[in-house]
Amino acid sequence: MAKLTFKTDNCKGCGLCVDVCPKHVLQLAADKINKKGHHPVEAVKEDECIACAFCATMCPDCIIKIER
Amino acid sequence: MVVFEKPHALTDVPMHYCPGCTHGIVHRLVAEVIDELGIEGKTVGIAPVGCSVMAYNYFNCDMIEAAHGRAPAVATGVKRAEPDNIVFTYQGDGDLASIGTAETVHSAARNENITVIFINNAIYGMTGGQMAPTSLPGQVTQTSPYGRDVTQCGFPVKVCEMLSQLDGPEYLERVAVNNVKNVKNAKKAIKKAFRNQIDGKGFSLVEVISSCPTNWGLTPQNALKWIDEKMIPYYPLGVYKDRSAAKEETK
Repeated sequence: MAKLTFKTDNCKGCGLCVDVCPKHVLQLAADKINKKGHHPVEAVKEDECIACAFCATMCPDCIIKIER
Repeated sequence: MVVFEKPHALTDVPMHYCPGCTHGIVHRLVAEVIDELGIEGKTVGIAPVGCSVMAYNYFNCDMIEAAHGRAPAVATGVKRAEPDNIVFTYQGDGDLASIGTAETVHSAARNENITVIFINNAIYGMTGGQMAPTSLPGQVTQTSPYGRDVTQCGFPVKVCEMLSQLDGPEYLERVAVNNVKNVKNAKKAIKKAFRNQIDGKGFSLVEVISSCPTNWGLTPQNALKWIDEKMIPYYPLGVYKDRSAAKEETK
């Protein structure tokens, strides 16, 4: 099972990772706001993550770390 | 096992780019290539003027800030003074294709042994979305509110096509970073451009079709679609010049 770690404070909430995830693991947290004032990304179905790293490939701010 | 993490050549400084701006992706690709080639200690980056003006904050290697458009000239000086160093410039379209055209063309013509990363997002990002030399015909910008009128403003500058007419440059490729596949290809091209320099082959330029969601007035997702729909048809991706590959073929 993959483990996702986000540097939430650096997230700008662009949602590119959310769109590209083939398993719909990610979403923007509508009820949270980070230091920058954006809704940061969060993993809602982490156990379904296949560690393809598509999200990290498209993340412009390099906030995602993936371990397996 | 770590599948993916931030490359060492990128610093921990949060990037100032707008949400969804693909500058961050290209920064990361350059940093990954520096890591993979193990050249962080001897790499010197030249930052431009434009959105990426603060690139020196984001790379762990030595960085120099050049005057507007003069990054290839500064890189020429660094490379000639310290030939063992790996020198790359990171420039936008306002920097490389507008004010820095002379430096770009002549460093290519001289086949300086440097690597140029050229971000083409068809607009002046930092100054607020004015028309750039690379803006598409009919593209609406701050200074072309009715669309770029080619009878008045001329046609966009296609840098790869233009430089491919010269005998000088070693390697010219145009890539995009609007989907995972293109990002992977972009990394290959950037790696090749750095590899060429290490092998002493000469001037390598990688043009990266990039997005500017803020100034295009689109969401980050739609900006990536806009690249597919509008930019790539006008700026076809591919290798425009690869002298050593051409030599291999004729052998």
